[in-house]
Formats: sequence, structure tokens, C-alpha cells
Amino acid sequence: MRKMLAAVSRVLSGAAQKPASRVLVASRNFANDATFEIKKCDLHRLEEGPPVTTVLTREDGLKYYRMMQTVRRMELKADQLYKQKIIRGFCHLCDGQEACCVGLEAGINPTDHLITAYRAHGFTFTRGLSVREILTELTGRRGGCAKGKGGSMHMYAKNFYGGNGIVGAQVPLGAGIALACKYNGKDEVCLTLYGDGAANQGQIFEAYNMAALWKLPCIFICENNRYGMGTSVERAAASTDYYKRGDFIPGLRVDGMDVLCVREATRFAAAYCRSGKGPILMELQTYRYHGHSMSDPGVSYRTREEIQEVRSKSDPIMLLKDRMVNSNLASVEELKEIDVEVRKEIEDAAQFATADPEPPLEELGHHIYCSEPPFEVRGANQWIKFKSVS
Amino acid sequence: MDEELERDEKVFLLGEEVAQYDGAYKVSRGLWKKYGDKRIIDTPISEMGFAGIAVGAAMAGLRPICEFMTFNFSMQAIDQVINSAAKTYYMSGGCQSVPIVFRGPNGASAGVAAQHSQCFAAWYGHCPGLKVVSPWNSEDAKGLIKSAIRDNNPVVVLENELMYGVPFEFPEAAQSKDFLIPIGKAKIERQGTHVTVVAHSRPVGHCLEAAAVLSKEGIECEVINMRTIRPMDIETIEASVIKTNHLVTVEGGWPQFGIGAEICARIMEGPAFNYLDAPAVRVTGADVPMPYAKILEDNSIPQVKDIIFAIKKTLNI
Repeated sequence: MRKMLAAVSRVLSGAAQKPASRVLVASRNFANDATFEIKKCDLHRLEEGPPVTTVLTREDGLKYYRMMQTVRRMELKADQLYKQKIIRGFCHLCDGQEACCVGLEAGINPTDHLITAYRAHGFTFTRGLSVREILTELTGRRGGCAKGKGGSMHMYAKNFYGGNGIVGAQVPLGAGIALACKYNGKDEVCLTLYGDGAANQGQIFEAYNMAALWKLPCIFICENNRYGMGTSVERAAASTDYYKRGDFIPGLRVDGMDVLCVREATRFAAAYCRSGKGPILMELQTYRYHGHSMSDPGVSYRTREEIQEVRSKSDPIMLLKDRMVNSNLASVEELKEIDVEVRKEIEDAAQFATADPEPPLEELGHHIYCSEPPFEVRGANQWIKFKSVS
Repeated sequence: MDEELERDEKVFLLGEEVAQYDGAYKVSRGLWKKYGDKRIIDTPISEMGFAGIAVGAAMAGLRPICEFMTFNFSMQAIDQVINSAAKTYYMSGGCQSVPIVFRGPNGASAGVAAQHSQCFAAWYGHCPGLKVVSPWNSEDAKGLIKSAIRDNNPVVVLENELMYGVPFEFPEAAQSKDFLIPIGKAKIERQGTHVTVVAHSRPVGHCLEAAAVLSKEGIECEVINMRTIRPMDIETIEASVIKTNHLVTVEGGWPQFGIGAEICARIMEGPAFNYLDAPAVRVTGADVPMPYAKILEDNSIPQVKDIIFAIKKTLNI
């Protein structure tokens, strides 16, 4: 007994080697779930909001942790590949905003729909594509999810409509997807995302009007990361209460750095829409560590101190990890193991993405039209012709 | 549209005044009464918004017909037509199709002045990923709209307000519920041997009038109704030019970078060039924003006399 206790205490003090700690993890008693308090949401035209406490199961916690860590490391890998010039063109990274994509996904069903703008890699992953398919699309190779034809801003998956490059255009699209949900009568909803910068686009207000008029099951979501490219919210918007900008559409303002807060708010919003009451608006207050894109260092319009403060106080992955460890839902070692696995997955994906060949030149003309017999597409001069296959 | 709405429950129509008003030009008369609010939707005046909504609905698997009251207003929504609809199948590597129809009256009307008279054939015809059709007569209108609705790609249907009220003989075959005109195929409306005259939409009628006048002088024109702007049926035009050795193009839109310009460029690149006995001639709208006064407006669009003049010029008569 004394020997066993000594062994246990040695391991618990972190002095054990990995295999032993793994054995210990398996036999250690973790809590099955824990209840957490989450921030109350500011409400607009709503009597009640999402609950202020939530239950997190160990299983869900580990899942969210792994997903957020995967998105984080995938984005950092993209940064690295971009600096090595293996990724080119536009590259808008979402590290810092992981609680948004993971929390939103946790609050809906795979049969629901989601559309966003160009900061889309995280959503592409949470909606079901693999890191490999995403990185390979970023490197512009044939194994990419869009066969190398789209790049960073044009990735699609089942019930995920991109990846859209024109700021704000995705919002009417999302309202249209919601119209299809209502038309088909299957109780599905559409999450329609846009940023604090896009929130000032006129077409968004047109979409608000029609969504409310026709009671479309559309959850408008403003991912407010405080800066539209280099312009802070105070310099762009007469009203920075984005959750109120839907006017006649009820809204809630959510802590976008807390995956559980996002999840609960999403569940609340989805239930609202599914009940046929019409659209609802969620503002997720979040933060991006990177600049607007890889060509923006991100420090000319904000201070390094600000970025560092968010990282140390509000990092979404850190917040989840602390919660889980402190309430015995997981151990530090276990989470570190997940980190190692994630790193390997990303590394393998990056290697594939770097080695995969570019799409064959013969495919340049493909996918112009859908369901069309093959025809010819003109190249740079009249003698260069490409075959176009659907 | 009625037949296609009946045939496929995924088809629906949206636009300004399409439902309870029976359509600004009565094109959708009776549809709302028959199909109701779910399938015939009146929109607020929000072109960019409702065009985007229509494209989103198409992405999610429905088959919307998005009406622009005139294509002039489509300029507000053109980003949704091009960037959200036309390019998506390509950008997604074939993952995401957009089976949508954008339709409405295009081009000059009567006395509606500059902001309401623009022809968008060249603008939309410019873009890969779109199909663009331009019906002239009733048969064209029916066959092309049905093909457009059944097509899994974004199709722009450029109608013409002045043609809505013009009656035509309607052949037996066209009366079938499955009468389709293939997109991408031109039609030779009148056979001839001396000159090929190519047009789309309302000017096709003017060309036939010109041909009737010239026939009395012994000049036989071959009149081609393009029917489709994109993908253009250049083969039919080439075969005709090889036969007649002369080419005149006629369009309502502005001359620069227009339909005629494209036809001429392609003729130069193909086998028909060697058969031309004279440079091709273009008849177009005047290179001005459309004026209001009748005398000015009349002289800003191609008239029968302008077509006759052009034909005689190229024939050196």
C-alpha cells in the first residue's frame, strides 16, 4: 500500500514517464461532467436570454479542446507556409477566434447550414473537411477541397457555403439558404456570419428586412473582432452595438472567447429560429491575433500590449483548458497528449499539402458549367484551347 | 414559367410586383393566384438583397427565378450575379452549383431615358460561368425560359419590354409542355445568299423588315437570330458567311466592346474570314446615353433604314 501510494504521488507530481502516466490517466477518476457559470448575454428585444450556467461533459470538453487546438495549429501552420511562399495570395487567419467556430458548431446539427466570409478556414474544418484538404487547397494543389481552383476564400463542404470573398455578399446568400430551409420544411436553420466591418454593408440591412418580413430561420452572426482590416469599430460604425443593428430583429451579445458561452447562445438562437419566430442576431465579441491578412502585420492600428493582454487573459483554448483541469474533467498531461497528436496531424497534412502536385493544366477549363457535355474554352490566344468538363 | 412551376416544386419566382400585382409587365399574371405565397414572392425594393437571397436559395438546392423589373436595376445586384452565381461552380472545383435564372426586360424601351434603357447583353455575355439568352419572338421566349429553368447553371434571360405585346404565329410544336430551345444554338430565320445579317432580340424583327425591302431589289439576306449570347453559336454564323461572303451585325446596345465586336473578332479568327469579300459592318445603338426626346431616341437605336444602309455599304451598292 505504501509503495503504491508513493508511486501514485510520484506520478502525480509529474515525475513519471509517459507510458506510466498514460496508464494512470486510464485508471484515474475524472469527473463525467461539470457545471460552469457563463457570462450573461446582453439582450436586445428579448425577454430572456441563454442560461448563465451550462454543463460540460468530459467527452465534449475533450472534443472542443481538440477542435480548437486543431484550428489554432492549422492557422499557425498556414502562417508558416505563407511566409515560406508555399501559400500565396490572400490568407486570412482566425487564430484567437477558435471559440466561435467550435462553439457555433457545438450549438447546431450537421444538417443545419453555415455561411461565412473569407476568414473561413476554422469553419471549413468544423463543418467537416479535413486539415489535409484545407491546407492542400491553400497550397493550390490538386488534392485541395476545391481542386486548387478556389484557394483560401473559396472552400465548400456539405451544408457549408464558403468562403466568400466579397464583403457582405454572403449575408443575403445566407438569408436565401434560410429561405430554402423554410421552403423545405425540415426545421433546419442557417448561420450567416459577417464581421464588424461588413456590418456596415447596405445589403445586410436588405437581408435583415426580408428575413424578418418572411420569418426566415436565419441566425445572423456578427463576429466582432474589433477591427475591420485596419479600422477600429469606433472609426467605422455610428453604433458599435452590433447586436442591436438588426433593429426589429432580436439580438444578443455573446462572449466570443468562451466556447461554452458561444455554444449556449447558439443553442438558444437555433431554438428561437426553429420555433418559427423568424431571424435572430448574435454578436460574438472575439479577437484575432493575426493582422487582417498575411499582408497586414496587425500592429499599426493596435498595440502589441493589447494583443498580449487578450492572449494572456482571454485565450479561448486556455480558458477551456483551465476550466477542465480545475474541475477534474481532464488532466494537464492528457491535454498535452492531444496537443502532440494535433501537431502531428497538422505536420502530416502540411507535408502532403507541400508535396501534392498542382492541378494539371488540362483542368484549367473544367467546372465552368454544371451538367454540361464537354466543350472548348479559349485560352490566351485563339489557338490555345482547353477542354471544359463539368 | 407556369409549366415549369407545375413540373418541379423546387422552382419559384421572386421579384418586385411579381405576385399580387401580376407582374410589372404582366409577365407573371395569374401565377400567384395559382401557386400562392410560397412559390411566387413579392420582394421589397432591394435588388442586391433579393438577388443574393435567390442565389443562396439556389445554392441550397432550390431553383429560383429572380426577376429584375428591368435589367438596369440588376446593376445594383450585379455582384451577386457574377461573383456569387457565375463564378461559384468553378471556384469550388465543381462542388457547388447555382441553378438560378435571372430574367427581366433589357435594353431600350420607349421614352424611358438614359437610366432605364441600357442593354446588358455585352456585360453579362463577357463572363464565364454564365449563360445568357436573348429571345426575339414568342417561340424563343417560351423555349428559352424553359431551358433556362431546367439548366443547372446561372442563366440570364434578356427579354424586351417592347416585344412583350407583339403577337406571333405559334407553331404546334411550341405548344407542348416540353418544348425546349437548346441554349447555345442560333436560328436562321430567313435563308439568303447575298449577305449574312446577325441580330438578337427586337432587332431581329427589324432585320427581317430590311430583308423584305431589299428582296424587292434583288438582294437576298440571310437573317440569323442568335437566341443565345453566351455560349455564342459562332458556327452557324461562320457557315452563313462562308456562303454569303458578307456580314452585318445588328444590336441595340452600345458599339464599344459589344456583341457585334465579338462576332467580328471571332469571324477574323475562324475559317469564314477568307470568305469575306468586304469588311464586316456593325449596326448598333448610338454611342450616347439614351436621350428622351422622340426624335433623338429614334436615332439612338438601329432603325430599319440603318440596317438597309449598312447592308448596301458592305455589298458596295
